[in-house]
Amino acid sequence: MATPARQLAAQQELQRQIQELEQVGGSAAAHEEAQRLRVQLEALEQSSGAPSSEAGQDAWQRVLLARHPQRPYTLDYISLLFTDFIELHGDRRFGDDPALVCGLASFEGRRVALVGHQKGRDTKQKLHRNFGMPNPEGYRKALRVMQLAAKFGMPIVTLVDTPGAYPGIGAEERGQAEAIAYNLKEIPKLRVPIVVVVHGEGGSGGALAIAIGDKVLMLENAVYSVISPESCSSILWRDWDHKQEAARALGLTAERLHALGLVDEVVPEPHEGAHANHAEMASILRPILARSLIELEALPADELLRRRQERLRKLATFVMES
Amino acid sequence: MTWFRKENRPLEAPKEKRVQTEGLWTKCEACKQALWKKDVEANLHCCPKCGYHFRVSARARLEMLFDGGRYIEHDARLASSDPLDFKDTKRYRERLKKAEITTGLKDALITGEGMIEGRPALVGAMEFQFIGGSMGAVVGEKITRAIDRAIAGKLPLIIVSCSGGARMMEGAISLMQMAKISAGLARLDEARLPYISVLTDPTTGGVTASYAMLGDLNIAEPGALIGFAGPRVIEQTIKQKLPEGFQRAEFLLAHGMLDAIVPRKELKSYLARALRFLQPG
Repeated sequence: MATPARQLAAQQELQRQIQELEQVGGSAAAHEEAQRLRVQLEALEQSSGAPSSEAGQDAWQRVLLARHPQRPYTLDYISLLFTDFIELHGDRRFGDDPALVCGLASFEGRRVALVGHQKGRDTKQKLHRNFGMPNPEGYRKALRVMQLAAKFGMPIVTLVDTPGAYPGIGAEERGQAEAIAYNLKEIPKLRVPIVVVVHGEGGSGGALAIAIGDKVLMLENAVYSVISPESCSSILWRDWDHKQEAARALGLTAERLHALGLVDEVVPEPHEGAHANHAEMASILRPILARSLIELEALPADELLRRRQERLRKLATFVMES
Repeated sequence: MTWFRKENRPLEAPKEKRVQTEGLWTKCEACKQALWKKDVEANLHCCPKCGYHFRVSARARLEMLFDGGRYIEHDARLASSDPLDFKDTKRYRERLKKAEITTGLKDALITGEGMIEGRPALVGAMEFQFIGGSMGAVVGEKITRAIDRAIAGKLPLIIVSCSGGARMMEGAISLMQMAKISAGLARLDEARLPYISVLTDPTTGGVTASYAMLGDLNIAEPGALIGFAGPRVIEQTIKQKLPEGFQRAEFLLAHGMLDAIVPRKELKSYLARALRFLQPG
C-alpha cells in the first residue's frame, strides 16, 4: 500500500506538471498530455489512501500504475542494471528519435545491445522525448542497432514503455506503418538472443516493433495491449467513460497475458510498485534478466531462430466449425 | 327507404403503382451520379462514369482475380474462439454471429488457390463487412497457413487488404498476429517466393503495420485510404485539419511507400505480369 505521504507527493508532482504543461501551451501533444495527467490525478485523488498493489486491484489501476509518473523509465533501468552504456544515435536515413534510445552496454560480464522507449520526466523532457511515442526514424534506428548487435554477436535487450507509435502527419509521410512492419519481419532473422522487458506501457504496434524476442518478460504492473483503454472505449462504447471496463475486457495485465501464453514470465515488483523503489525493482529484475540471457546464449543460433519462429507460429487460438 | 343501398366502404389508399427500385440503384460517392447497380457490378464495382472504386467483397475479389472465377478455398472452417470472452456494449460472440450472417464467412479473410492467367497462385482477400475487416487470430492463422502452403508448393502469394486493423476484441492476441504473419513472411523471403500486397480502401492500423506494407511489391487501388493511424486519430492528436488527399494511395506513392497504383480493371493482368517477372518458368 502506498503511504499517504508518498501519495500526496505524487499528487503534487502531477499538479506541478499539469501547470507546467499549461504554461508551455501551443503544442497539441502538450495539451493531450495535460489532459492525460489530469485523469491520472483524478484517479489518484479518488483512490486516496487505498490503492493496493495486491489482489482485488483491477486492470484500470494497473494502467494507472504502468503510467505512474515516478515509475522507472528505460534510462533509469539502463543506469541501474548496465554499465559502460554508450548511446548510438540516428537511423542514417532521416534523423534521430529521442523517444527511442539505443546503445551498447555491459551486463554481468557480457556486451549487450539495448533498445528502449524513453519517456520524459519533466515537461521539457516529455516534449523532447515526445511522450515516449516514436516516429519511424526511431524504429529504423532500433533495427539498425539490433542488426549491428547481430553482426558483432551481442545479445539484445529491449525495454518496452510507450503509449504507442506517434500518430502524426510527418510519421505517416515517412512511413510509420512500413517502419514497424519491416522491424516485425527483420527481427526474427537476427542470429543473437533477444530478451524483451515490457516494463511500463506496451502500446500496440508501437511497442511490438521492438518486442519480438526469444523471451518476453513483463513487470507485474506493466500493461500490454492492442489499443489503449481510452481509445477502445471511444470506439466500442462511443464515449470516453468506459475506459475501466475496456481495460478489464482487453485483458492487458501481466497475469492475463502470461495465462494466454503471450508473455513468458511475470517479474514481480516491490510491494508498493516499481515507482516506489527503483533500486529494488532493478535488483529483482537483474537475476531474471541474467538467467534469461544465459539460457538463450546456450543455444546454437539455428536452434534459437527455429524456436523463435515456433514461438510466434504458436500464437494461435481458434476453433474449427462445421 | 331506398331500394339500393350504398355500401359504406372505408376509404382505401390507392395501390402503390411505383415500380420497386429499392436496392437496384446506387449513388457514386465521388461523382454523386445515380448508377444502375448491375452496371457497377459489370464494371468490377467501379463507377462507370468517373471510375471511383467501390469496396468489394472478398468473394467478388477472388472471383475477379482467378481465371474463370474458380478457386479452391482453404481453411474455411476456422473461426474465432473468443479467447478473452470479450464484451463491450455487445458480446463479441454476438458480433461474430451477426457478421457471419451478413457475410456468410467465419472470419474476415478468404484464402484460396487458383490460376491467374494460367499460373497457379495463392490469394487471400479481406472482407470489410466482417467487423471492419479486422485481423484477429483467425486471419493471422489463415495467412500463416497460406504462407506455409506457398513454401510447400513453391507458389506465389497475393494478399488483398481491406481492413481497419487489429481486432480489439481479441486484445493482445490480435496484436501478436502482426508478429506471427511478419515472421512467416521472413520465411517466405528465405524461400525466395514472391509476395504481392494489394492495398485497397481502407487499409489501416495493424494490417498496414505488418503484412500490407511488406510485399515484394506493394500495389494500391486508386484513391484507397492507407495509413498507420486513422485520419481522425491524427486530427485529434495534432488538432489540425488534415490536408486534402492525405493518406490516399496517390499520397503514399508520392512518399515512396508503393510500387504502383493500379486501377481495378488492370489489376489482374498487372499481377500476372509481375508474377512472370518474379517467378519465371
